[in-house]
Order: sequence, then structure tokens, then C-alpha cells
Amino acid sequence: MTTSDLPAISLADLQALLRRRDVSPREVLRALEERINAVDGKIGAYLSRDFEAAEREAEKADVNLPLGGVPIAIKDIINVAGQPCTCASKILRGYRAPYNASAIEKLRAAGAIPFGKTNLDEFAMGSSTENSSVQLTRNPWDLSRVPGGSSGGSAAAVAADAAFGALGTDTGGSIRQPAALSGIVGVKPSYGRVSRFGLTAFASSLDQVGSLTKTVRDSALIMNAIAGPDSRDTTCLNEPVPDYTAKLERGLKGVRLGLPREYMIEGVDSAVRQAVDTAVKHLASLGAEIVDVSLPHTDYAISVYYILATAEASANLARFDGVRYGYRAENPTDLLDFYGRTREEGFGAEVKRRIILGTYVLSSGYYDAYYLRAQKVRELIRRDFEHAFAKVDALVSPTSPTPAFKIGEKTSDPLQMYLADIFTNAGNLAGICGISLPCGFAQSENGRPLPIGLQFLGKALDEARVFEIAYAYEQSTVWHKARPSLNDQSIAGK
Amino acid sequence: MAAEPDLNVAYVAKLARLNLSAQETQLFQKQLGDVLKYAEKLKEIDVTAVEAAAHAVPIFNVFREDEPRDWFTAKEALSNAPRQANNLFIVPKVVE
Repeated sequence: MTTSDLPAISLADLQALLRRRDVSPREVLRALEERINAVDGKIGAYLSRDFEAAEREAEKADVNLPLGGVPIAIKDIINVAGQPCTCASKILRGYRAPYNASAIEKLRAAGAIPFGKTNLDEFAMGSSTENSSVQLTRNPWDLSRVPGGSSGGSAAAVAADAAFGALGTDTGGSIRQPAALSGIVGVKPSYGRVSRFGLTAFASSLDQVGSLTKTVRDSALIMNAIAGPDSRDTTCLNEPVPDYTAKLERGLKGVRLGLPREYMIEGVDSAVRQAVDTAVKHLASLGAEIVDVSLPHTDYAISVYYILATAEASANLARFDGVRYGYRAENPTDLLDFYGRTREEGFGAEVKRRIILGTYVLSSGYYDAYYLRAQKVRELIRRDFEHAFAKVDALVSPTSPTPAFKIGEKTSDPLQMYLADIFTNAGNLAGICGISLPCGFAQSENGRPLPIGLQFLGKALDEARVFEIAYAYEQSTVWHKARPSLNDQSIAGK
Repeated sequence: MAAEPDLNVAYVAKLARLNLSAQETQLFQKQLGDVLKYAEKLKEIDVTAVEAAAHAVPIFNVFREDEPRDWFTAKEALSNAPRQANNLFIVPKVVE
């Protein structure tokens, strides 16, 4: 192997090469930098990278650590000390993080090198990464399509071999959906499994930090590093972290998988439906027992999600007032003008929409009708999953109702964009864990393959089981080996 | 089904300390009206006997030792300030 082939390998394979001293952490960084320079002009995954600092870290890297010398890309909403953290918002342009998120400290303690920040929908609000105030990110499988979102930069980077693995965040599907649309593996841990300290908050009762990688094993390796207690996040669970790679090969004998009948609804793309049906048959052939289950409140999840998530966002984003950091409007006439214009000029359209909706559902006279009612229905959704998990070990479903859609296709209709998360956001409401992995391809009108994602949802803190099931599927199929071809694609109009 | 939601975007924007252009106000009125109409379906469910879930995972009373630890210096805390002087954030005059 030459070093130019390095970026194409999995994180686990890279780790093995590093340990055997077949390559040095510096060689790995150089090869990755070269790959990013070659492809990022087309996909636009990165907002910033600091290879000089990364090389200094690489020189000291201890390759015997679990992720020793492995470069990891970080969604630009997770704070890495000394690096920009813009949340892809104009209001944080030029902001440099003065401290590390807990997940970053834990990655570093495991030897990983966080070298660059990836694009996202502004403040993680979106399903296509089109809401970034900085740049578009394109799907490496078809440059005229979105990579999904909000962790679209992380997903596109991994899919294009421009990252060995990445951190993302998932509030309603923002790791799993872009992983599905970009043909990679994405893990949303259970609520409280990974510390949120240092993650710029969007919806605090839903946000989780997780991984985007080429393989299931790679995600297990990252989760080994970032999961676990943290006294600086009181919602972070004080539970031991198992070695998520330990029982990956356990297989599906005796595993019961639930097929939620509410998830095979009208509006699911026919290629997605077919790929998931085939995947379920394959899972049965591997020894899993497939059980029909019902999640009766599924139809309400999107409504509950957008009421609660926007309510929490309206409170969390109140901190952006132009006083202590970020953008500030010039020459205000009075204090209200100072706040009002700073926020008008600093926030993009989707963030404004969500602040308005969230403020409305919390406002006097509407709180009971919207916010409180949504919290109660959230409890019913949580119980749906509890009842299902009394019968099965995990649930299986499509990750997204469609493959990657066209850039610009849904930007004028927020409700249609919100429906892109229909299979993912109930999992956040219930606090359970989930994974998306490739299970086939649809075909675009110009004949390009468009990845389809398969989702497994597991009980809270049952990540190990979800990894085992996903690994059994992945290792007995070929989908994770497919890679997009960028050489025969160019950006229209450029 | 219920009537049109009585969202007044211009009024809510004031509550949120967020100025909007006339064009944005009009656009959001329509778009968020659609979202709220979609959310009307929540009213189909009888929730009288259901307790509200603020969090998915019930955890209560998380304690830790009250020990001092290092945190930002004034310089670090001010490192992203739009304006600063004498170790302080500078803001526009708000009292006469």
C-alpha cells in the first residue's frame, strides 16, 4: 500500500497499521490532508482544519492508546480548544473555543487527534446541511444532492474518504439520517451516554454526541472512547461503559427484532421499502426472529419533536445577545434594538423560524395547549418503545423515507424538510439508542447509486446489543464496501 | 379539527428579541402556520391521565462535591468579546 491509499481504509485498519508502526501518525495526517485538498473543493465538508497543530499532536502520539494517532473530524458545534466553533452561524463567525468539550477530552485521552471542523445546518437545525450560513455540502454519491443533515459535513467527509471517522450530534436524526443518505454508519447513543458538556446546546433534552464512520466496528471504537460519566453534565449517566467491540461477533441466533408496522407507511420511497424488506429477510436468514410490533403514537412524533425541540432552542439561543461573544449589531438606538438587530443580522432563516415557534409554544396562553401537551405525548411515545422492548431486543426500520434529495428541493417548505426525520426523531424523544448503516442503493435519474440506510433502535444503554446486530448484518452484506466515485463528477455551473 | 392557529409572528418576534423584516414576518406566518396546523393532530389524544415527560431518562438530584476547580481566566473569558476594555465587556449605555 502507498500512503495515498491510506485515507480509503477503515479506522480499525488504520489503528492496526499505526500499532505495527507500518505508518506513522504524521504520514497518516499528510495522506489525509492531501485527500481533503483533492476532494473538498467538490464536497465542501470542512469549515476549518488545523494540520499544523495536528502534526504537533501527531509527533507526541502514543500509538498504543485505543485511538492513538487517529485523526478524527469534528462537527463544528462541538468545542475544541483553540479551534473555531461557528455552529455554521454568522452569529459565531470568528469565534474560537476557549475550552474542550468532554467528548474531545475523552477522544484526546484515547490518543485521537481532532484536526478539523465539519459543516452543519446552522446550530444543527436542519436535515440537509443547506441551512449552513457558510457553504453547501454536497453528497459524494451525487454532487447535485444533499448529504443529509445536520451532521452533513461529517457524513460527506467520511463517505468521500476525507475522514477516518467523525463526531456528529443527533437531536432528531442528525447523525443517522446523513449517515443513511451518504452511505456510511452513524450512531446516536442513548440520552446521557455521552457528555454534552462543550456541545453548543440546541435542544438539551434531546441532543447527543455520536459517531459517523465507515464501519460498525469503527463506531464501536469511537464510542468506547467518548461514552461515560462526566460530572460537568448532570444528565450524563453514571453507568460503566462496556467494551463495545468485545462481543461484535456474537451473531443473531436468538435475537428478536421488532418490525414497527407504523414505519412502513405511504410516502416511503419504493427503493427504500424494497431494500429494507430484503434486509429484514436477510436478518431472518441469519437467525433473527422477526416480530411484528406496534408503536401506536408514531404519527405524533414529528409534532411533539418540533414543539419541544424549538421550545428548548428558543431558550438555549437566548444566550446569543451580542454581549459576551459573537456578532454584535453596530450603532443600536436602544437596548431592544441592540438585541433585536444583533439577532436579526446574526441568525439565518431556519434558526429564526425555530426561535419564533419555540417562543410561541412557551408563551402565556399557549404553553398548556402546545408545550405541556407535547411533553405528555412524549411520555406516551416513550411508553410505546418500552412496550415494544418488552418483546424484542431491537427494532429495525428504514432510517429515512427517501434517499438523498436534490439540493434546493425542500428548502422552501420547512414542513416537508421536517418530515425527513420521521423515523429518527421518536428515538430522541424516548432517549433510546440507534444506528444507521448501509443496506442498498436506489438510483438517481442520471443513473448514480444513492445509498439507503437501515436503522436499528435499541433500549437505553443497550448500545452493545445494537452494535452486535448491526455488525452481523454489515459483515454478511457488501454494502459498506461500496465507495462513491468523485472523479467522474463535477459541480454543475462550475 | 381546530381553527387556524392564532400565531402572531410579529408579536412573538418581540418576545424573542428578534427583529424580522416585513417579508420574513409574512413568510414565517405562512410556514409556521402550516407547522402548527400539522401539530393540531396532537389534540386527538386524551392526555388527562398522562404525566408530562421533561426528560426521557428519569434522573433526580445529581450531586457532586462542591470543590473549586480551575476555569477561565478573565482574559480567556473575554477572548471572544465583541468589545472589551479593562478586563470588562463593553456594552452600549442602557441607563440615562
